[in-house]
Amino acid sequence: MSVAHVDRQLPGETRAASSWYEASARERVRLLLDAGSFQEFIGPEARETSPHLRVFDLPEQFDDGIIVGCGKLDGSPVFVAAQEGRFMGGAFGEVHGAKLTGLLRAARDVKSAPVLLLLDTGGVRLQEANAGELAIAEIMRAVIEARSAGVKVIGLIGGRSGCYGGGGLIAGCCSALVVSEQGRIAVSGPEVIETNRGVEEFDSRDRALVWRTMGGKSRWLIGGADAFADDTVGDFRKAALKLLSSTADFGLDTLKAEQSRLEERLQSFGECPDALDIWRTEGVSDPRSIPALPADQFIALGDKIRRTSRDAR
Amino acid sequence: MEDLTFRHTTLKRASGLKPTAIIGVVASGNLEVLVERVMPDAECLLEIRTAAEGFGDVWEAVVADFVERYSPGGLKFSINDGGARPDTVSLRLAQAARLMQEDDR
Repeated sequence: MSVAHVDRQLPGETRAASSWYEASARERVRLLLDAGSFQEFIGPEARETSPHLRVFDLPEQFDDGIIVGCGKLDGSPVFVAAQEGRFMGGAFGEVHGAKLTGLLRAARDVKSAPVLLLLDTGGVRLQEANAGELAIAEIMRAVIEARSAGVKVIGLIGGRSGCYGGGGLIAGCCSALVVSEQGRIAVSGPEVIETNRGVEEFDSRDRALVWRTMGGKSRWLIGGADAFADDTVGDFRKAALKLLSSTADFGLDTLKAEQSRLEERLQSFGECPDALDIWRTEGVSDPRSIPALPADQFIALGDKIRRTSRDAR
Repeated sequence: MEDLTFRHTTLKRASGLKPTAIIGVVASGNLEVLVERVMPDAECLLEIRTAAEGFGDVWEAVVADFVERYSPGGLKFSINDGGARPDTVSLRLAQAARLMQEDDR
């Protein structure tokens, strides 16, 4: 059974200009893929909800906060998964995780279609702690198995919950990542770091600090993401298509290159106390101007200073 | 959590061919509405699970108003509510009914 969606008649230009950040997971999937091509697996009408939330007297969502299925991107088949960042912060629970693991295993077996992961998550759902942690481990394994079978797994990050906790680990396993300025990628979130290490280590209320440390611009500049997108569905689509055609195959050589990329990064930036120092070390003459730069000027600047050897994965 | 069920008879069948539709997200002050065309033509059913307990009277009024305006015969509405205000509930119900009017594809 197919599920209906709103405003399908939007002209192409309006579709492409829609904000990624503001869109729901369903809207992102519908606008990202070729019109009308999406087919959902285990949709909301199957009511595969969390078995844990009712124990805590919490509301459930019929799709458990993740949409999985297949469709077409520019005429070619793709698998797609999208987390709804507004339902429990897009966090991973047992069913939520199992749906993603199943999709990745399907992609591994089919071999011929890449996977788009629309990550929007604060990490593991605390109410399902053990099941959620296990789900993260299973998903990471499934990503690597899919990549070993020749399947490209592209992460798209630009939602309101960012990509934190186990989501950050999964992002690290992907073939390539697209990020927008609004996207944040990390494992420990700002509040977690402050709680554990003190406000001198990281002031979670300093939004500028949070954004320049974990935000999309900084992640792309230092090679933590492979493509930078403006906050529109059209830009994410373009970036995903580009990465699907340019990302190298996965093998031992890729892993070795990734290891040396990370070692080199630690060597270059390990002593930097702040993202501003990292950007200066990268060769940005006026690092303070970075946060305010519009996407096109930022990309032009980044393309000038970034070394392509940074993109290993 | 509180479960509420409302069953109404309707003047006519909801138009359109869509078998199912979904709108909204379960978040604070928001709700999701899943609609399925599974009821007899002159009946509609609304099953609600809400995080805000003790508002049965308000739900009853909002649902009655919706049924009178849209006559959603043949439709079952399953709702997960994160404590949405009545105006948001009315809007989501209207969006859900509107989605079911689209042609199936």
